[in-house]
Amino acid sequence: MTELAGWGRYPRHPSETLCPTSPKAFPSLMASRTGLVARGNGRAYGDAAIGEQVTLMARGLDRIRAFDQATGRIQVEAGVLLSDLLDIVVPRGLFPPVVPGTKFVTIGGMIASDVHGKNHHRDGGFGDHVESLTLALPDGSIVTCSRDENPELLSATIGGMGLTGTILDATFHLRRIETGWMRQTTTVAQNLDSAIRALEETSNATYSVAWVDCLARGASLGRSLIFAAEHATQRDLDALRPGSSPYPASKLGRLSIPLDLPSFTLNRLSVSAFNELYFRAGVVKSGYPFLVHWNPYFFPLDGIGNWNRIYGRRGFLQYQCVIPTAKAQAVLGGILERIAKHGNASFLAVLKQLGPSHGLLSFPFEGFTLTLDLPVSDEVFPLLEELDRLVVEARGRLYLAKDARQSPATFEAGYPELFRFRDLRRSIGATGRISSRLSARLGI
Amino acid sequence: MEPSKTLLLVGGTSDIGRATALHYAQAGWQVQLAARNDEEARRNADDIRARTGAEVTVHRLDILESGAFESFANSLSTLPDTVVCVVGELGDQAKGQTDMAHASLVLRTNFEGPALLLGYFAERFLARGSGTLVGVSSVAGDRGRGSNYLYGAAKAGFTAFLSGLRNRLAPKGLRVVTVKPGFVRTQMTAGMKLPPILTAEPSEVGRAIFTAAERSGRDVIYVRPIWRPVMMAVGSIPERFFKRLRL
Repeated sequence: MTELAGWGRYPRHPSETLCPTSPKAFPSLMASRTGLVARGNGRAYGDAAIGEQVTLMARGLDRIRAFDQATGRIQVEAGVLLSDLLDIVVPRGLFPPVVPGTKFVTIGGMIASDVHGKNHHRDGGFGDHVESLTLALPDGSIVTCSRDENPELLSATIGGMGLTGTILDATFHLRRIETGWMRQTTTVAQNLDSAIRALEETSNATYSVAWVDCLARGASLGRSLIFAAEHATQRDLDALRPGSSPYPASKLGRLSIPLDLPSFTLNRLSVSAFNELYFRAGVVKSGYPFLVHWNPYFFPLDGIGNWNRIYGRRGFLQYQCVIPTAKAQAVLGGILERIAKHGNASFLAVLKQLGPSHGLLSFPFEGFTLTLDLPVSDEVFPLLEELDRLVVEARGRLYLAKDARQSPATFEAGYPELFRFRDLRRSIGATGRISSRLSARLGI
Repeated sequence: MEPSKTLLLVGGTSDIGRATALHYAQAGWQVQLAARNDEEARRNADDIRARTGAEVTVHRLDILESGAFESFANSLSTLPDTVVCVVGELGDQAKGQTDMAHASLVLRTNFEGPALLLGYFAERFLARGSGTLVGVSSVAGDRGRGSNYLYGAAKAGFTAFLSGLRNRLAPKGLRVVTVKPGFVRTQMTAGMKLPPILTAEPSEVGRAIFTAAERSGRDVIYVRPIWRPVMMAVGSIPERFFKRLRL
């Protein structure tokens, strides 16, 4: 038995772990064991990748199966890390169609969570780009899922949190880029209303996201920096950084948090000082485009190893909700007000416009999503329950890949396709056999 | 870049074999992957090809079937420039103490097979006048310990074989390299509690093998240098004390 936790380090549960090294090992494991779920790199924040009894560590499935540089079509095993994929494809002028906020995720995890990136408003989630995938079902059979073959199983598996079977490999297309640089433009929004408007106005940008100072209150509630970006062309590079290499090596940060920081490290004072500095730095840069390496643009926190340890031993919760566009300003404003009042340090508050998605349990829909990090404390749970009520009232929902604590009622209210997902689970014999701590907690 | 040099990697399904082959492919080499389970080796070959664009071929070879070595070698499209043999089988020491078939498997897989194979290629290389032979042995061969002396004895034999072969071939300009990886995080050691400072990643072993065989010209390497003083210390303990230690 091993004690497993997600990236938030809350909750922790014991589980038997198995480390198969070949896809061939999965059918018999799937058929013979029960209470199991696959785990990629453990970057889901809560309890999604902890088996009720058995956790199948899928990192051994780390082979690239086929790669056509000319067309950008690639087939990879599910345990391949996005960071690994980036190292291979970026120098060849290709980029994944969608990347989440960390590159230390597996491709299988990206599909199971139907991750979204800063381009969701334009390009959809990662799942939308999956041409086909291979799935090991609970009875040990292996099936291919694509738009033509087993399409209902595909739409359940995309965003299905590993609850339809184990994803063994996937095929998708990479997009072509001219350089490894991003042409970024920063704009300042003095409050939530103008931040939402700025995101809507930059929705023609390929990538856009807002960083919210969630300690700002009153008239500056929701003051934000909006980062919009495009993959820089060779012309951008010639104009803004003449002579630079088009594919500079990615300088991974050497900084790492070696141990759990005491929980008093993050208090209202230190976080608001940090936020103030960050905001001012952004204001200085605002207005004109500049080039930034793809690595810090997409994965700013990956430069700090084990950053999850800054929240101390008890761990932290990431709260991510999406609210329909019409109600976004009012509800997100209400959430920010309560967070600011609560004074519970949140390092990260990210605001982003989302488009529709197609997985039965995929998180995104047309609206705005807000993401907050909160250290685990006794007071934080009632606060989040209060936020849940606002989200449910607005017909919003919470992201399962981040969740560690929502109630079954909140979940059911947010995911109207749940009954179809449950039917499909029943029809393939997954109910009760493929189960994570998350699925048990929420009754999926 | 060294154009069109060819590596034969024996043990193409192991983690060290995969990492070593990948390192050679990244340096522009063509790779021949040999393994008993050629289907699983094909998975590694596809991966290396996709990552590097190198030409990678897969060949079935059972290290215990020395009678087939000649036809295996003749089936290769070119005689390789370097042969790296990473074949190894930790086995089950306790089982081998009573089960002679298992003991024999451990001894033959770690010593007889690799020695005969590298011995065969030594003759081919001598005939050609060039070539490098790399054997992955083990620190376990530096001194026999109660917990793994079957494996250790076989590796000790292999180390001695490589040393002798090097002694014989050096005047002819052929190189023989002995690699002692120490602990490595692989399928073979999955689930063991290993001290991090003494434990290498497979990619480190791959890099070290490439550097020793193709760049630095060293004869015997410990992948992590810390193993040299550690094994010197282990080796210097008088037997009358050593025999009482639980190792």
